[in-house]
Amino acid sequence: MRHILGIFLPDHKATRRKASIPPLMTSPAPELTVSARGLSRHYGTHAAVRGIDIEVRHGEVLGLLGPNGAGKTTTMRMLTGNLAPSAGEIRICGIDLLEKPVLAKARIGYLPETPPLYRELTVAEYLRLAARLHRVPRALCNDAVTRAMQRCGIADVAKKLIGSLSKGYQQRVGIAQAIVHEPDLVILDEPTVGLDPNQILDIRALIRELGSAHSVILSTHILPEVEAVCDRVQILHHGEVVFSNTISGLREFQRGRTMSISLHRPPAIEELRKIEGIATVEADGEGRFRIRFATDADPTAILVARASTEDWGLHQLVPAQTSLEDVFVHLTRGGTGGDRAP
Amino acid sequence: MIFTIAAKELRALFASPLAWLVLTVVQVILGYGFLKRLDDFLQIQSQLAQLASPPGVTELVAAPTYATAAAVLLFAIPLLAMRMIAEERRNQTMTLLLSAPISMTEIILGKFVGLMAFLLLIILLVVAMPLMLSTGTRLDMGLLATLTLALILLAASFAAVSLYASSLTAQPMAAALLSFGLLLAMLFMGETAGDSLRARGWQIPAAFAQVLSPLRNFEPLGRGMIDSYAIICPILLTAAFLLLAIRRLDGRRMRG
Repeated sequence: MRHILGIFLPDHKATRRKASIPPLMTSPAPELTVSARGLSRHYGTHAAVRGIDIEVRHGEVLGLLGPNGAGKTTTMRMLTGNLAPSAGEIRICGIDLLEKPVLAKARIGYLPETPPLYRELTVAEYLRLAARLHRVPRALCNDAVTRAMQRCGIADVAKKLIGSLSKGYQQRVGIAQAIVHEPDLVILDEPTVGLDPNQILDIRALIRELGSAHSVILSTHILPEVEAVCDRVQILHHGEVVFSNTISGLREFQRGRTMSISLHRPPAIEELRKIEGIATVEADGEGRFRIRFATDADPTAILVARASTEDWGLHQLVPAQTSLEDVFVHLTRGGTGGDRAP
Repeated sequence: MIFTIAAKELRALFASPLAWLVLTVVQVILGYGFLKRLDDFLQIQSQLAQLASPPGVTELVAAPTYATAAAVLLFAIPLLAMRMIAEERRNQTMTLLLSAPISMTEIILGKFVGLMAFLLLIILLVVAMPLMLSTGTRLDMGLLATLTLALILLAASFAAVSLYASSLTAQPMAAALLSFGLLLAMLFMGETAGDSLRARGWQIPAAFAQVLSPLRNFEPLGRGMIDSYAIICPILLTAAFLLLAIRRLDGRRMRG
């Protein structure tokens, strides 16, 4: 008997220790607000989203970019539990969204493309309803509503009917609804669409502020917006992540890959195109060219050598100011998946 | 949480002119019917007095008023319930409920409770009319109680069917027509199917058919008879359609 126990006891201890490790490791897990793996969604035979991974750390703003129909909204609907994924798992602050939807959803605030507003309610009534639905205790509701209205700058319209507000104010009420219960994760689907430039600046400032206390996932196809507010960006195309990097990494990724060259006596543009390692050349006029290098190639030295031997009169060669726009266009228009960054 | 949603639904109902219109029209129809019955009763009262055991004012005035109320609810409930899910889907406000930490069951039950609260208000007005007579005569309170119970059960089953119909489409008007058609079909077919099944001696299918026949279950209670099966049937019917609505809502999450 003791023999059997002797065999079993250490084993038993080992399994117990094993079992106790995950909680220890996940206790600092709020670090990772969202962790979605292999997320897929099919509509019939059409695959809207194909096996994408999304991770957002605490206090991070992630931008989801992509052309229309790339799967941004489908992804967000899955992350908020509005749509069941065909495959994959979603964890919100370590809680499995599919297994414990009520617990996980309490940590999410969601502004869909069309803000879910009840036009017949006043702003304050509506936000109180949203707070109650998100299980904010009754006693704390008034404070939560007041704070959300102040943060979104809608305190002055608290008693107005939502139906009578302008689009910009309605959008802010939509954002207030998403943050009234102080969620760990705020998901905003095209929050600045249809707003005037001043309102866009306000909302962007608000999103930046949200990003300091909450994690934010933001979808948009306005590229400067991503560069203005996001820490990290993922570009979706045909339901797949074709690019995922930090904003600084993005600049790094592009640095040296596009050059602006100025020549006093430029050769024919075909001459430049023939140089090995150069993918595209665009003439900017007055002897200036924008040259994009092919992947994993750096023909700068060859370019300089040719310019001096053939007397092109090289007087300027600078890394071009590259923008997210370049990456976006490159990746989503005939771009290959080979440019996937880590 | 159910009551938060119920309160929201009730507020939405009263914010729309439809609810007020329904309340007004129902009250005008029932009020007229009630007064007409009362008038008829007063005219034949002397003849009734000659019978050995004459029917009382509760049977001759209150019971027909309740029957009229049942018929009026058949029209009113599909109209009141049509917006509850269909319009939330059309206006895309359903997302607020679906993203909140509440289960589908709580959403449907909340909407059902909100609708029932409004219907109880209508029923309260129905009860108030015969009760007024208690100042001048003695009423059969037992019959009045079973009649009220029958009306509440009927309203609950109509509400559940209409709520389910509202979950099938994003067009409120289509939802109203659908639930109206569904209820009419149940009223007619449930009854005849139950009778013919029973005539063939198939008791169990007949018992199932009775679940689907709201009026058949209204009758015994309407006569003041407490038939436990007639009480259980509408409860089963209500539960079944609420379950269907919950499944439907969950199915939308699965199918998108």
